[in-house]
Amino acid sequence: MQSAIPVLSLSIWLPIIGGLFVLASGDKVPGISRWTALGFSILTFLISLLLWTGFESDTAQMQFVEHATWIPGINAWYYLGVDGISMPLIVLTTFITILVVIAGWEVIQYKPSQYLAAFLMMEGVMIGVFSALDAVLFYVFWEAMLIPMFIIIGVWGGPNRVYATIKFFLYTFFGSVFMLVALIYMYFKSGSYSILDFQQLPLSLTEQVWIFLAFLAAFAVKVPMWPVHTWLPDAHVEAPTGGSVILAAIMLKIGGYGFLRFSLPITPDASATLDWLIIAMSLIAVVYIGFVALVQQDMKKLIAYSSIAHMGFVTLGFFIVFAIFNRPEAVGGAVLGMAGGMVQMVSHGFISAAMFLCVGVLYDRLHSREISTYGGVIHTMPVFGALMVFFAMANAGLPGTSGFVGEFMVILASFQADFWYAFLAATTLILGAAYTLWMVKRVVYGPVTSDQVAGLRDANGRELLVLGTLAVAVVALGVWPEPLVEVMDASIQHLAQHIAVSKLAAAPAAVAALP
Amino acid sequence: MTFDYAHLLPIVPEIAVLVLASILLLVDLWLKDEDKGTNHLIAVFGLLVVIGLTGVVGGGEREIVLSGSYIRDPMSDVLKIAVLVVSLLSFVYSRDYLRDRGLWVGEFYVLTLCAVLGMMVMISANSFLTLYLGLELLALSLYALVAFERDNPSGAEAAMKYFVLGALGSGLLLYGLSMLYGASGSLELGAVARAVAWQGADNQVLVFGLVFVVIGIGFKFGAVPFHMWVPDTYQGAPNPVVLFLGSAPKIAAFALAFRLLVDGLGQLHADWQGMLVILSVISLAVGNIVAIAQTNIKRMLAYSTISHVGFIFLGLLAGTTEGFAAAMFYAIVYALMAAGGFGLLVMMSRQGHEVERLEDLKGLNERDSWQAAMMALVMFSMAGVPPTVGFMAKLLVLDAVISIGLWWLALIAVFFSVIGAFYYLRVVKIIYFDKPEVIEPLVVGSGARVALSVTGLAILLLGLFPAALLTYCQAAFA
Repeated sequence: MQSAIPVLSLSIWLPIIGGLFVLASGDKVPGISRWTALGFSILTFLISLLLWTGFESDTAQMQFVEHATWIPGINAWYYLGVDGISMPLIVLTTFITILVVIAGWEVIQYKPSQYLAAFLMMEGVMIGVFSALDAVLFYVFWEAMLIPMFIIIGVWGGPNRVYATIKFFLYTFFGSVFMLVALIYMYFKSGSYSILDFQQLPLSLTEQVWIFLAFLAAFAVKVPMWPVHTWLPDAHVEAPTGGSVILAAIMLKIGGYGFLRFSLPITPDASATLDWLIIAMSLIAVVYIGFVALVQQDMKKLIAYSSIAHMGFVTLGFFIVFAIFNRPEAVGGAVLGMAGGMVQMVSHGFISAAMFLCVGVLYDRLHSREISTYGGVIHTMPVFGALMVFFAMANAGLPGTSGFVGEFMVILASFQADFWYAFLAATTLILGAAYTLWMVKRVVYGPVTSDQVAGLRDANGRELLVLGTLAVAVVALGVWPEPLVEVMDASIQHLAQHIAVSKLAAAPAAVAALP
Repeated sequence: MTFDYAHLLPIVPEIAVLVLASILLLVDLWLKDEDKGTNHLIAVFGLLVVIGLTGVVGGGEREIVLSGSYIRDPMSDVLKIAVLVVSLLSFVYSRDYLRDRGLWVGEFYVLTLCAVLGMMVMISANSFLTLYLGLELLALSLYALVAFERDNPSGAEAAMKYFVLGALGSGLLLYGLSMLYGASGSLELGAVARAVAWQGADNQVLVFGLVFVVIGIGFKFGAVPFHMWVPDTYQGAPNPVVLFLGSAPKIAAFALAFRLLVDGLGQLHADWQGMLVILSVISLAVGNIVAIAQTNIKRMLAYSTISHVGFIFLGLLAGTTEGFAAAMFYAIVYALMAAGGFGLLVMMSRQGHEVERLEDLKGLNERDSWQAAMMALVMFSMAGVPPTVGFMAKLLVLDAVISIGLWWLALIAVFFSVIGAFYYLRVVKIIYFDKPEVIEPLVVGSGARVALSVTGLAILLLGLFPAALLTYCQAAFA
């Protein structure tokens, strides 16, 4: 389906052009760059809403497709399109970016125009990642994402920012180059760089395993999965608040999106063969990282580890499908698991963003992220304290918040796969509650521990606006996830059917092996 | 054989460069010290005219003139224009530096133009002798340019090293060419190719000559293990000379390799492919790993050159038209990136202070955020990060390598480019994250500023729309 107005191109390039404007406006009058950035981010959000309103949720076809010549020499096209998996993530991106722009309003004093420009360009590039249907185009966006983030952490980050940002860049770069080789390999098998063609490409099991591992290197680092998660706590701790928000809310989702768009449909047999690996890594993330989060002294580090644990749920939900396929009586669980993973991604986008913004509010006042610095914040910041407790509850998966929906769906699906998967996954209900609520107890409740805390002023209107919006989103998704599940449903059904069919029957090698 | 003036038409650009050099040599005699800027103007406008002439004369089918010793084909058109544009950029970058150091003499321009002429002859050579003539014209001009700052002992040392090793490389190449001449009985590449096709790889003398030819090419490119001269020469030579030496000659070296290995010895592809695999893998490894340890940015960029040469070889060794187009694209793009990187060093070098330590770039973003952004683009491009053109160049080369089934080679290449990313990132880190040692804003002439902006934007735009250049590269081998 070709679209009349290029909505996707607009949502990609408008913020990038906006970023250039902001950059050009300079820092002499900081108000100009702030309002320009806000204007462009709201405009992009409105445009991305066209995607939601114009979306036909009864088909798994790519929609809003744009197809134009790009590099004829290597048969690469400017090929964009969204389905029910990528569209909600794009809207999430544009939504979170507005909040990031507002959250950095007065906080960023050093070169604010460059800061805001980096976030706007980042937004466009991330939308590009979600909407690219050409592998070269995807890879260009995928890697281009690193540059603004590298600058954001390195320039506006904390004391150890250089180490953190170089580690971040090299980890992700290292993961993705192997994916590039896999993409080129498939180009020579299929004669095109179209991701949809890759999904139909017959591949032998050996090829699939290699390609799967190359994808795993890229996506596992991005998600991040245990044991390649170590860059994330460093990056989060050193990044400015806005950087942490984008990192947790969107960039981690890109890894999960990669599994759904590349690993599962392109290499279904390798995924089925190696699903134990992903499930083991996911469960370790849920359980072990949960314990690691428990002992953190630094609030941002704690939330970073909690993100890893929650993303473990996402990958678990994606990869238990093969275990469910083995039990014919429970096929519905496959869709449930993947849909749960997707809901968990969107919900985690809201909650982690809110948690990092809460830490940011405290950090802006006392310049410390140590849990021990605080205590009794609720006495001096009652409204803020209430919001932080709310988000902490959501992070722990309280029913009625969005955090519950995704976790519940994934746990339900894992029961259909294997009792022990579900058992281990469900420990998060205890661990998650333990580490988040214990942090809240030490930071928000209790007597006022120091003069600094006694002198705190409650959140201002700007901060309340940002946190309040997120609180509404968390509740809305928590009590009424139906619209989100509905737009994804057709695409996820289609994906489940696609990966249930082995590619090996069609692969030439398998044919040759027949007597 | 009668002489036909129409044969001179394809070589009008070369003649024009020679005339331009001669004019400069003469005009310089009558110029007073304060009027030396005229040299610069003549050289820049002259080069613009030559670029135009190359475009006018170029295009269309290949022509072989001057009794088979000279060729003009789509590849030579593109490469010559690239060489001329990069040389033009380096003139513009160097203007203020040369003026401040009192190096603004006609000889600089004359020598550089002779080098340009040498490169153009190499690019269009269709016989061993023409090729060698162009190569030596380039090399001799460069030896003199490296020692151009007469009172600077490190420049003289660098020139001496360059001369000794360069002469050794030329000697080895010449020795190999003599073997090939002996085995094939001809100096003209087309005839050599026919002789090789007839004799095949059974003739040991051919393969013996090939080994020396590959070594010679390795020397000229600066591929490991024939790279020893590169870091020392880069470090010792004055910045504008490094700028020139490090950029355009890579394009000419590509032409040298292509003319000899493909036009002449294409039938021996199986033999030279293996040699190039070894050279490229160790170049990638040594270049990228040793660069990490450098504190002198010129040395760092020298090792970076070595690693890029590994990538150019990867494209060449594929032996397919896609591979040649990829290698050509890479060589041109590399020259552009190198011009940008060294150009910034030239621009930042003020009187009496040669910018060559990494620390000299500290906090450039605070001093001049536009130049900083351009330099960051160059660095990301060298590291091969999209959306810059450096990524596209690497993608094309990897495409070519994987298309012939050498995917393990592609894995090695990407592995080392991740290692390489580290030291490019370090430069970005120094520019953006460190506090400057001197806070005064950068004083840069408008010409150089425009040149750096053009380079940076070209890197970005070609990265977004690589088809603009790729089409020409692919057409050259269609």
